[in-house]
Amino acid sequence: MANYEVSELVDWDNRIREKAAEFGLDWFPQEFEICDHNGMLGYMAYSGMPSHYPHWSFGKAYEKLKTLYDYGVNGLPYEMVINSNPAIAYLMRDNTLLLQILTIAHVYGHNDFFKNNFTFKSATRAELTIEFFKAHAMRVRRYMEDPSIGVEKVERILDAAHALSWQCRRNLAIRKLSHDEQVERAIEGAQPRPDPFQRLHGRPEFKEPETRKIPLEPDEDVLLFIRDHNPFLAEWEKDLLTIVDEETKFFLPMMETKIMNEGWASYWHKKIVEALDLEQGLRIEFIVRHNQVLRPMPGSINPYHVGFKIWEDLYRRHTEPTPDEIKKYGAPSKNGKDKLFEVREVERDTSFLRRYLTEELMREMDMFQYEPRGDELVIDKVSDEDGWKEIKETLIKSVGTGSIPVIKVEDSDFGHNRTLYLKHYHDGRDLLLEYAEKSLAFAYRLWGRECVLETSLQSKRSLLCYNERGFSMRALK
Amino acid sequence: MNDDTIFREYRPSDAERSDRSAGDRLRHREKVRESIRENIADIIAEESIIGKNKDKVIKVPLRGIKEYRFIYGENTPGVGEGDGEARPGQVVGKTGKDGQGKGDGRAGDRPGVDYYETDVSLEELIEIMFEDLELPNLERRALREIPSDRSTKRKGYRHVGIRVRLDKRRTARQRVMRALATGRREDLAQVESTDENQGAAEEELQPQHAPGAVLQTLVKRRFPFHQDDLRYKHLETDIREDSNAVVICIMDTSGSMDTMKKYLARSFFFLLYQFISTRYRNVEIVFIGHHTEASEVTEEEFFHKGESGGTFISSGYQKALDIITERYHPSLWNIYAFHCSDGDNFDSDNPAALRTAKELAEICNLFGYGEIKPLGSRYYESSMLNVFRRLDEPNFQAVLIERKEDIWPSFKAFLSKDRVKE
Repeated sequence: MANYEVSELVDWDNRIREKAAEFGLDWFPQEFEICDHNGMLGYMAYSGMPSHYPHWSFGKAYEKLKTLYDYGVNGLPYEMVINSNPAIAYLMRDNTLLLQILTIAHVYGHNDFFKNNFTFKSATRAELTIEFFKAHAMRVRRYMEDPSIGVEKVERILDAAHALSWQCRRNLAIRKLSHDEQVERAIEGAQPRPDPFQRLHGRPEFKEPETRKIPLEPDEDVLLFIRDHNPFLAEWEKDLLTIVDEETKFFLPMMETKIMNEGWASYWHKKIVEALDLEQGLRIEFIVRHNQVLRPMPGSINPYHVGFKIWEDLYRRHTEPTPDEIKKYGAPSKNGKDKLFEVREVERDTSFLRRYLTEELMREMDMFQYEPRGDELVIDKVSDEDGWKEIKETLIKSVGTGSIPVIKVEDSDFGHNRTLYLKHYHDGRDLLLEYAEKSLAFAYRLWGRECVLETSLQSKRSLLCYNERGFSMRALK
Repeated sequence: MNDDTIFREYRPSDAERSDRSAGDRLRHREKVRESIRENIADIIAEESIIGKNKDKVIKVPLRGIKEYRFIYGENTPGVGEGDGEARPGQVVGKTGKDGQGKGDGRAGDRPGVDYYETDVSLEELIEIMFEDLELPNLERRALREIPSDRSTKRKGYRHVGIRVRLDKRRTARQRVMRALATGRREDLAQVESTDENQGAAEEELQPQHAPGAVLQTLVKRRFPFHQDDLRYKHLETDIREDSNAVVICIMDTSGSMDTMKKYLARSFFFLLYQFISTRYRNVEIVFIGHHTEASEVTEEEFFHKGESGGTFISSGYQKALDIITERYHPSLWNIYAFHCSDGDNFDSDNPAALRTAKELAEICNLFGYGEIKPLGSRYYESSMLNVFRRLDEPNFQAVLIERKEDIWPSFKAFLSKDRVKE
């Protein structure tokens, strides 16, 4: 089916790299693996990793992907890249030559992004990626084979850990303070401020800071907190929690930069392929394919499209701004290209959208906000003068980790009963109760004592409890 | 400025060999079976499966196994791109159930309701049903069960195991691999140089690798085995037993047994027979119909031929006893007897029935009585349940079946009486 030889791909790859270097992209060494659809499905089920610890949920993912693929509901992606050094990308064997060219160019965009964006640089070590996953896989397999542990027990922990895994710190570039540092900070905070008029004001009453509570400051790393503060966990159980936490944090940057990353890769694949001077047949196919990837999907957000639009707009505003724009945003401080490379390094989706998604762009993309009303989703705001700001806020809240509720450990000895007190930081969006109940049960499984979750349901503060008697719920005043 | 890109070509042989998700798919499938097991009572109540032959494939709709996390609920607003025509008030989709159809924007943070429809063969279903029972080991007498076939199967390799199962070849290979992986440069250089020396003669045989050379170097450098190198063969044993069982189905075929009652009885016998078949290799089945007299009949007659007249339950039991003495000696056969009736016995027969029932209970592994009273009828008809209450045998169980949903619970109750010890 394929209309190319691998040697041709190598030639094209050389030309693509030449162009990419001219544009100033900077990437890890690249490896391409050509695979068939079964291989691709396999990689997709395991997030692209050549080795990964076993768990039934990946079997389910595979089964589901395969069903959707077999029934023609979903196609397969043209490529998949993982952020390792060397970066590994998978190419679908049955794609046409043009698709391979487009994909290769696209992959270099991602590769450059992985190497330079701060979220990846601060959270992952690309040169260890493959070994990291492999070592995890081996450890988990060994626990499963150990006659005193076995598959069932390992799964019990993994199931529970998976349920809580996204409840972790969101910005890994910010260092987490240790307990001692938190104590220090609390004591410092309690010192009276220097006051030149103290003679007039009198000495403020000294309030002793709380330093004995654990955690002192609410802790977002729920899994790690349980690992470090439940003395009844065995070493292998702690290790499993560590593994799940580490893997989640590995994938966090991907989640946090979906729009930027896809937009960036699309922006550069377009530049590169256009610079390649393709013959007419290939060029027409390129235009068709490019537009297929970047077409807006009415009713939802296509990260390729939104990202691409913002990057393009950013470049244009810094090279040939209209007088109106100069009036509104000031004269550009940098030339377009420098600006692009700076932004790809220091932003993530939330900040990227907040800073560079303009009212004009939103109007051009006809962005709207919908709300559930009864059984239907109804548009309640469109990008006009009144609505655009709110729509932008909603969009920012729903990208990346914004779609995961913020839940922190507030107290590990609530009511002096070793009850784990979790608090959901409510921002207008309620938790889905059925899922909250089951997830709390998993927290109980790991913590071994009662777990409670403070949240707000339909504007009423509520406390969900899970203990040895099962689930219960009560209102808080 | 950058290293060269590597292209790894597609090799069909690799693709065929690497079905990496097989193990996880299997575990997932087991989970799905568990969920079938949870709904088993509903599935059993389906009339369509009773009396089907074993190869019949039935479709069972199932909810997918959910992966729970903390997620946002229904009141979450979202953002979409429009086609330039978006106006407030326009409907763009459905909430909840169909939320998935909306594409990337929402699919990720919504729980999908996955419905699988799984094909399960009846045999598999029966297997699942009985896994559910978790019975104490059925009483088995020495002669009734002879291990006829004990085999061990090799099943993969493990890092841990007992010493006799150490796979020396693999262990050695692991050690070589580790040696190569940790190899110091000079060692490798040495390997290469020895390789070259020998090369001239052996080149055709070993163009690339020379494991022999590596080993030689290992010997020189003393590279001992490590715990991590050890590989053990993993064996699984499979014991098959030769065992005989007979299922004696006794049913009241008097005039008062209508079609509905017979259907319920039939469901029960069906389950019993299927269950016994999974536990014993050689299973025979005997049908006894009775009204005032009992006779051994064929399956066809048993379920379809209506008779009329009154009922002497003792006649059925006596017939069963006769057949057992004649053909199924209790020391060689596991005997399971079950009697279904609507409980409408002649009063004068009750003492005889009780006596024969006691005798039956003494020689059977399990003896049960199921009183079939479609809902409502139990208040004005006489019942044998009161009579059998006086029968105090540990392996006797009387159950009441009022509707088809009762079949599975009563079946479980019946089997729970199985004698553990003699």
